[in-house]
Amino acid sequence: MNRISDRILVGLTWLSGIGMCMVVTGLLLFLIFHGIRQITPALFFGDTPWLKAITGQSPVFDGIWPAVTGTVLLVFLSSAIAVPVGVASGIYLAAYASSRQRAFWGSMVDLLSGTPSIVMGLFGFTMILFLRKTVNPTAQTGLFLAAVCIALLILPYLIRTSQAAIAGISTHLRLIGPAAGFSKWQNIRHVLLPLASRGILSGIILAVGRASEDTAVILLTGVVAQTGIPRNIWDKFEALPFRIYYLAAEHRNATELEQGFAVALVLLFLTGFLFAIAFLLNRYAENRWRIRRYQ
Amino acid sequence: MLKINPPEKWIETGLFMAAVVSAVAIVSILLLLIYFCLPLFSGNGLSRVFSWRWQPIDGQFGILPMCAGSLALSILALGIAFPPAIGICTLVHVLSRGVFARIVLILTHFMTGIPTVIYGFVSVFVLVPRIRSLSEAGTGFSLLTAAITLAILILPTIVLVCYTRLEQLDPVLRLASAAMGFTPIQQMRHVLMPAATKGVAAAAILGLGRAMGDTLISLMLAGNAAQFPGSLFTSFRSLTAHIGLVVATDSQSLAYQSVFAAGLVLFLLVAALNLIIRKTDNRITANAFLRVQETRHEQNF
Repeated sequence: MNRISDRILVGLTWLSGIGMCMVVTGLLLFLIFHGIRQITPALFFGDTPWLKAITGQSPVFDGIWPAVTGTVLLVFLSSAIAVPVGVASGIYLAAYASSRQRAFWGSMVDLLSGTPSIVMGLFGFTMILFLRKTVNPTAQTGLFLAAVCIALLILPYLIRTSQAAIAGISTHLRLIGPAAGFSKWQNIRHVLLPLASRGILSGIILAVGRASEDTAVILLTGVVAQTGIPRNIWDKFEALPFRIYYLAAEHRNATELEQGFAVALVLLFLTGFLFAIAFLLNRYAENRWRIRRYQ
Repeated sequence: MLKINPPEKWIETGLFMAAVVSAVAIVSILLLLIYFCLPLFSGNGLSRVFSWRWQPIDGQFGILPMCAGSLALSILALGIAFPPAIGICTLVHVLSRGVFARIVLILTHFMTGIPTVIYGFVSVFVLVPRIRSLSEAGTGFSLLTAAITLAILILPTIVLVCYTRLEQLDPVLRLASAAMGFTPIQQMRHVLMPAATKGVAAAAILGLGRAMGDTLISLMLAGNAAQFPGSLFTSFRSLTAHIGLVVATDSQSLAYQSVFAAGLVLFLLVAALNLIIRKTDNRITANAFLRVQETRHEQNF
């Protein structure tokens, strides 16, 4: 009796494993099959000559170039805000905080990481409403606001990865600095940070991937379907994930639909690429100081 | 040349300020939401928002159907994702530790990196037509469609958290049970799973939180009719999608207030889940979180 139920369970576990692999490969193949032929210069720039499009001399109407620029600008701005804060915060939690402080501030980080992205977007939206009521009646949602909200969204990843990268350094390496007469900060700056750099970098790359794929936040903080390249950081903008969402809901003809598949594929390449780098860096960082055991 | 280092105390203060940022952020999110919900507490605002009818034209702004929608969707998604997640954990932890297990693990990691919008996009063209022909009535944009897609989205989170906890178990447990003649699947059933119950429970709650906080899947696949999700094939609207829809289409002030109420409810629900995870398994957050890194996600969209 038990034998039979065990066998059934084994069968089911293999089924779920194989099923998952099939779902992922199916998803990839489906996107590649429908989208790969559309990935051409025309997808990005439409009818505009690419040199003029990149230098911003003439606007792009049919292509996804404005969405690409929007996403890049968004990722760049939000990382510029979140990376220094996140890494500094990670250093504090790993090297300065007492264990009680670490538990308290850590729980705040967990709370932030659990906050749904739409709530983060709503926070940005309410901030604008608040500003309109108080100091600036003409406040508008836009690129900068979206970047701030995305920065809050990726902050927990940055904090936790840098904290873990520093906390994971073995004790004898930690003691090198103090033994050589370094002060606490000198030890962090010249010994611990260089040792933890790959782990921190993998966290940054993961955060960049997260920032480039999120749609809920920007939905409430100033993304629009058609606007061209933003003129300044207060302007409305376009973004790749929003473009995909928009095309899924509102494609008017087959060409637009095919463009949707192609954009999805472009975004997947982008995040997959970032993800692979982060994964390899992280693996390298994990193994770097591990003493190999003889098997 | 003499190199002057900045005073240590300043550096510590600076780093401390950075650590405070996330706490300030979380408190200000809560305060702003409460501030914008305040008008609801005067008059009969509260009873109007917490009612079952959403008909903005008639001045009915009830968000309870959306609350029910969010709960039904996330519980259903967890129900679909949890058994295979445990199956995959068993597979990679005890049954197959070779090449196949590595492939499965790498794919699971990769899945966390796929943008949510892509799951939604593919589902619109793959799953929706099939559900439509299955149900014979309706558009295919339904509770079931959204729940299946969401299950695929939260599956890797649950797998990776469970897997991490299983790996953290004392290896002696496995050796002892193997020495007593348990086959691998029996070890898993009778020894390892019971030993990791707390971690598995925490993983499930984490998955539930992810499912509840997700916006795009329900926005793209649920049909967004503001009604009670009566069956698997009905269209419904989740709290997250409600926020997105109402803010995107400018409407009256009480509609906005229902959005803030929805945001506050969502925030409190997810915070409560977070608290439960801490109570269930306090090791889960620090370690498991790092592995999952939810490149998703939180997370998330």
